[in-house]
Amino acid sequence: MLSRKKFWFAVGLSALFFGAVAGLAPLIGSSSIELSRALAGESPDHEILFYARIPRVILAALAGGALAMSGVIFQALLRDALATPFTLGVQSGAALGAVVSICFGWRTFGVLPAVWVTAFVGAAVTIAVVVSIAAEGHRMSSFTLLLTGVTINSICMAAILFLHYTAGFTQSFAIVRWLMGGIESRDYSTLVGLSVLTVAALIVAIAKANDFNVLAVGEEWAATRGVNLSSLMLLAYLLGSFLTASITAFTGPIGFIGLLVPHALRLAIGADHRVLIPTSFFVGGGFLIVCDTLARTVMAPAEIPVGVITALLGGPFFIWLLRSRRGSLWV
Amino acid sequence: MTIYSVEDLHFGFGDTEILRGISLQFQSAQMAAVVGPNGAGKSTLMSILSGFRDDYTGCCSFRGVEIRDWKKRALGRQMTFIPQMIRLEFPFTAGQVVFMGRTPHCHGLFESEEDREAVRKAMEITETTAFAHREFRELSGGERQRVVLAGALAQEPKVLLLDEPTTFLDLKHQISTYSLLQRLARDGIAIIAVTHDLNLAASYADRIVVMSQGRIAADGEPENILTSSMLKEVFEVDAEIRQSPEGRPWVFCQSRDAYRSRDREGAVTTPQPVSSIPGHLPETSPDTSPPSPPTSQPKC
Repeated sequence: MLSRKKFWFAVGLSALFFGAVAGLAPLIGSSSIELSRALAGESPDHEILFYARIPRVILAALAGGALAMSGVIFQALLRDALATPFTLGVQSGAALGAVVSICFGWRTFGVLPAVWVTAFVGAAVTIAVVVSIAAEGHRMSSFTLLLTGVTINSICMAAILFLHYTAGFTQSFAIVRWLMGGIESRDYSTLVGLSVLTVAALIVAIAKANDFNVLAVGEEWAATRGVNLSSLMLLAYLLGSFLTASITAFTGPIGFIGLLVPHALRLAIGADHRVLIPTSFFVGGGFLIVCDTLARTVMAPAEIPVGVITALLGGPFFIWLLRSRRGSLWV
Repeated sequence: MTIYSVEDLHFGFGDTEILRGISLQFQSAQMAAVVGPNGAGKSTLMSILSGFRDDYTGCCSFRGVEIRDWKKRALGRQMTFIPQMIRLEFPFTAGQVVFMGRTPHCHGLFESEEDREAVRKAMEITETTAFAHREFRELSGGERQRVVLAGALAQEPKVLLLDEPTTFLDLKHQISTYSLLQRLARDGIAIIAVTHDLNLAASYADRIVVMSQGRIAADGEPENILTSSMLKEVFEVDAEIRQSPEGRPWVFCQSRDAYRSRDREGAVTTPQPVSSIPGHLPETSPDTSPPSPPTSQPKC
């Protein structure tokens, strides 16, 4: 029950929001710049625009889009409205990796910063462990997946607490700062790699949207409606997890987007994953750009951790949305 | 034509044996009702027939190929399963739930004209068109069940498996659902429905399969299967079988309390019909009065 017109209207509108925000955000900042000077290559406007702000906006866009999208995927996979990209322990695996790097004072592996590498490795190990335990039976079940993920999450959190406890003062500060999450400027080659990964995941997720619809209803329901359950669940888990892992390695954990954006969109346009997945990507990306712009301007030159902004800004909005739809939602 | 051929089927969770050697066949153009007490293994059998549980031992072939070897998409075009109830976490509309039946037929992201037509027809038959745009979770239990049935019809299956399809339905829709299933069977579809309603099963099914403790206790035409001794042995109830005005067997049960009161007062109480369909005899009516008819046939 989805017409092409409705699909393109919803996706177009969200893309428009994304485009407008992404276009305007680089022009806003603590030091005012002139676009003509920046484009003419004049210093320092050129450097501020192209090496500080635009890369940061791109990373915020990718992170927001990827987290919102993987929120949608995990909620469908676990049939749990409260699932987030972090429910199954990917984030704490990444955090443990990052904390190890910080505690042992590792700076770089080759050309790559050590924190990124160990964070990604930590997340990947978590994913492998969760899959190997959850898929041990004859078929994967979302129940085992959930229990395994939550347990691994707790184990990683405990290890982080222990390392944090033994860490020195400087390291301790670095750990806390990393765990707050934040967007920073990255070099363009990193951003290109991240974009390719995210867009590829977006395309796969949209292609599987009809299957996610039946999976969101139930396992036996999906299995008798043309879906190969085990491979779809594995795909969903890996897709959501690797998106989360690769973003978290660069930004640290940024909460709330994976929960708030999908639900706000479900209230606005319904639960059909064919629309929900692309709009989540655009709205999530746009939303995080807005939050990060506020994070770097409100208390400039000091920065507010962006996770604080997402919750402070998004939370009240979400509650307002819930209340305005009380008739249908709070039954 | 034989659709399912089940041979020595076993299934268990750990040490608990659920199915202990089931052998039977299901044919197309036949409506089979699977009955049995709680824990008999009915739902487990259904989830094996549906291809969902594939860790069974023994043989369960669907159209000549072992069910676990079927590609799910190909299987989804032939067969569908209606669960007892679905609990939705997300705000899908009734129309979207019906459309999910088209998933195995769908090419690409958007539905074709053919998909739309199948959905429209299915919703018309089940009288659910009116709530196409309402949220599924807001519907009543019976309305949901009809929406789910519409989804199964939209899937255009050759085989329809149902787990207690009338639990939440009102009288009219119980009858219209069963007559619809009967009509589908006449059109060549194999219907296999788990039910607790013996009288509905006796009125509409061509065949009743009685399960007990993971085995087939009886299998055949309702007239031959529904007997007092079978009900005593399998369901542990004392029942009397009479005939409905349409000549189908009709089960009347005597509750344990009725026996107790008879023992105490020496009065004979009237047997109670097990169905929710009218047929209930008032306490004062004489034993010989025939049960009232299972209401008129619906028009649909």
